[in-house]
Parts: sequence; C-alpha cells; structure tokens
Amino acid sequence: MKGFDLAAILGNAEYMAMLAHGIQITFVIAICSWLLAMSLALVLLAIRFSPGRIGNSAVAAYVSYHRNVPTLVQLMLWYFGIYTLLPSGIADWLSAHSAEMVFAIIGLGLCQAAYFSEDLRSGLRSISPGQMEAARALGHGYISAMRYVLIPQGVRNALPALVNHSVSLFKNSSLAIVIGAPELSHAVKEIENLSFRTFEIYLIGTVLYLVFSLIIMAAGAWLTWRADPLNGASR
Amino acid sequence: MIHDMIAIIDEYWLLLLIGQYPNGPLGGLANTLILSALSIVIAFPFAILLAFARLSSYRALRWPVTVLVYVTRGVPLLMLVLWSYFLVPLLTGADVPSFLTMLATLVVYQGAFLSEIIRAGIVALGQGQMDAARALGHSWFGAMRYVILPQALYNMIPSMLSTFVATIKDTTLGYVINVPDLTFAASQVNNQLLTQPFQVFLILALTYYVICWSLTALTNVVERRITRRRAGLGPRRRGEIALPLTPKVTEQL
Repeated sequence: MKGFDLAAILGNAEYMAMLAHGIQITFVIAICSWLLAMSLALVLLAIRFSPGRIGNSAVAAYVSYHRNVPTLVQLMLWYFGIYTLLPSGIADWLSAHSAEMVFAIIGLGLCQAAYFSEDLRSGLRSISPGQMEAARALGHGYISAMRYVLIPQGVRNALPALVNHSVSLFKNSSLAIVIGAPELSHAVKEIENLSFRTFEIYLIGTVLYLVFSLIIMAAGAWLTWRADPLNGASR
Repeated sequence: MIHDMIAIIDEYWLLLLIGQYPNGPLGGLANTLILSALSIVIAFPFAILLAFARLSSYRALRWPVTVLVYVTRGVPLLMLVLWSYFLVPLLTGADVPSFLTMLATLVVYQGAFLSEIIRAGIVALGQGQMDAARALGHSWFGAMRYVILPQALYNMIPSMLSTFVATIKDTTLGYVINVPDLTFAASQVNNQLLTQPFQVFLILALTYYVICWSLTALTNVVERRITRRRAGLGPRRRGEIALPLTPKVTEQL
C-alpha cells in the first residue's frame, strides 16, 4: 500500500484528461436525458389532463413501470435487450455512434420522465379548483387560465420535487457504467486500474459528484426562493 | 416471444429464485429480498440514532451527521458501493463476501435516508409533545421512548415501506460487485442462452415490477388507514366514501 498522495493523480496530465472526459460525458448524459425527460413529462402530463380513459391508463401504466423497475434493470433491458431487436441498419449506425451513450440517455430520460410528470401533476393538483373557476370568471379562456394562473402556481409547488429528481438523475448517470458508457465513474475505475491509487481517485470522484450535486441543490433552492412571490418573482 | 419467455422461466426458475443454493451461495430473488430486508432492519436503529444526533443541541453531534446525510444525498450509490468494496476488506482484514459489502453499503445509505424521514416525523409532531412530556416528569429519553417515537414512527410507516421498495431497487447495484442477487442470476441465464437477451431482461424487469408494485400498493393502503386514524376516524365501513387524501409519500427523493 502506497502512502496517500493526491498529487500522483492531480499532477498526472493523462489521468486529468481522462477525468475531464468523464465529467464531460456525465454532463452530456445528464443534460440530454434531463431534456428528454422534461419534454416527455410535459407530453405525459398533457395526456393525463385531457379526457379519455385509454390515454390516461396508458400514462398510468408508463409511470408505474418506470417507478417500480430498478433504473439499472431498465438500462440493461435497453442496452442488452432492445438494442439487439433493432433492425441491423439502425443497430449498425448506433454502434458506430457510441450506442451505450444513446441508450443511457434514452433509458435514464424515459425513466425520469415518469418522475417529472408525477411531480408536475401533484404540483398542479395541489391548486384548489377555485383558482380555475376564479380565472374563468375573470374572463380568462382555458388556455390563458392555465398559462397565467394555474401553471405558474403548479410549477412553483412542484419545484422542490423537480430539483430532487434532477439531482437523482445526475446521480443515476453513474449507472451507465454498467452498459459501458465512458462517464465519470467509468473514468474513476479506469484510473484506479492504471494507477492503483484507489483511495485517492475514489476520493476525487466522490468529491466531484458531491460538488456537482450540491451545486444543483443550491441552484434549485435559489430557484424555489425566487419563485416565491414574497421574494420578488416577476409574476 | 411469449413462448420463449415461458420456456426460459420453465427451465431457469430455480436459478432465478434461489441461485445455485444447495451447491453454491444463496442467490436469486431470495437473496435480493433477504438483502433488502436485512439492510432495512439493521439501518433502522442506526437511523433513529442519526435522527437524534441531527436534532441534538450539541454541534459536535449535529454536524458530522449532517455531513453524512448530505454526502449520501449527493454521491451516487454506485460510488458508495465502490468505496465499500475497497474499504470493508481493508478495515476488517478479511476476505468479505460481496453480500456483506453490499449490506454495509445499504445500511449506511438507507440509514441516512431513513434518519431524514424519522427526523421529519419527529419535527412534524411539534415541540408541544416534548414540552408536555417533560412537564409530566419524563426525562428526555423517557419522553422520546414513550411519547414522541411511538407517534412519529407510526406516522412514518408509509415512508418506511417506500424506503423498503427503494432498497429492493437499490440492491440491483450489487451487480457491479457480483452480489449473487436476482439481477446477477438473470445475467447468468443470459450468458448461458446468449440468443434471447431481450426476453431474459424483460422477465427480470417484470419480476421487479410485480414485487415493487405490490409493495407500493400495500403502502398506499397502509397510508390511507393511518390518515384516517390520525383524523380520528375508525376503520372505513362498507359503502362509505373514501377520504380525500393529502399528496402521497410513495417514494423518497
């Protein structure tokens, strides 16, 4: 066992390049799947709030599946399972364009969409029906009442949960190691294999994850504070 | 497709259920459930202590636990699994089975989450309960033991059940350090078959779904009961309309 020496990692240009690449991939996965999750969540929410039994139960089934199956298993099903079912043209194109990242983004995004849509839904549901009635009585149309009265309040109520789930999305990007995406924890493992300085590199990886998560949490807390009308939100 | 899946279950159900048990370590679904149940049982008293420490008026107690809670909230479980895989053998000096390594990880991780739940439960009861108990002559511990905890823990049963569901889902990460659980068994099956990965992993996903879905459904029933009892109503009579519920707490973070 060698003595504790952070400089052996931090001073090594090759290791630092690997770490930087890992961080970059982690952010690509996290940001792309966040965008996918949020846009899909809005679609799911629209279906949930529109009349029609079939759409409603389809969304409920979607949410139930993604909340009750471990994210890791979902990723494995995508990468080891669905990937092999694709027509060979698409599969070849994917394997030439880092398929593991594509599937990490799809898997994490679809999974998190279920959580986001539930957050938004419970945020909107927590507003009393009187708000809609009052807005309509004041002459707003349905869309305009949604846009100016219900959605601002609903999103504000949903913000803490959305922030928490964004942090878990960021943390879950580490699961992509299982399907071989070269993200941060993958880089940490590789540097460990090359340098044998397990303690140092794990410490660096942990601190990096912690710092990024805390930044997201702080940004979320600031957003939540800003969104409160008492603190000078725009509307 | 369905026929393939039935054939796989027909041939490998024992492996998926208990792993290679009589001839090897216990694995499969049985191991997943044992691992999650054990980690919750061990994490629970630990979490109560952590919650006390976070509520304590001594900084020396409060700060380390706050740091621990923030670290477990901010670092992926995968990173903690790697840490224990490295540290547990180093600290104990023995060749520790991966099952115990995963157990240690989950105890720390879920302990931190549970402690937040318990702390929230204690805070939600309000200071009045503690003041009243102290005024009646209870010591701090007596008040906790006989007045605060019985109420707080009872109200927290739904959140704890959902922590259990989360733990079952978290045990899949043992895959990274080769804990012989359900996910591991499924990937073994996949390695033997090689030709039907989609079917194998779909069976895996559906198995987890059935278990976690039924536990979540149970959580909802329990939660509804507790809400009724807290509102001072008895068990629901036949034909009575259900109470409108406050937003559900069916998942952590």
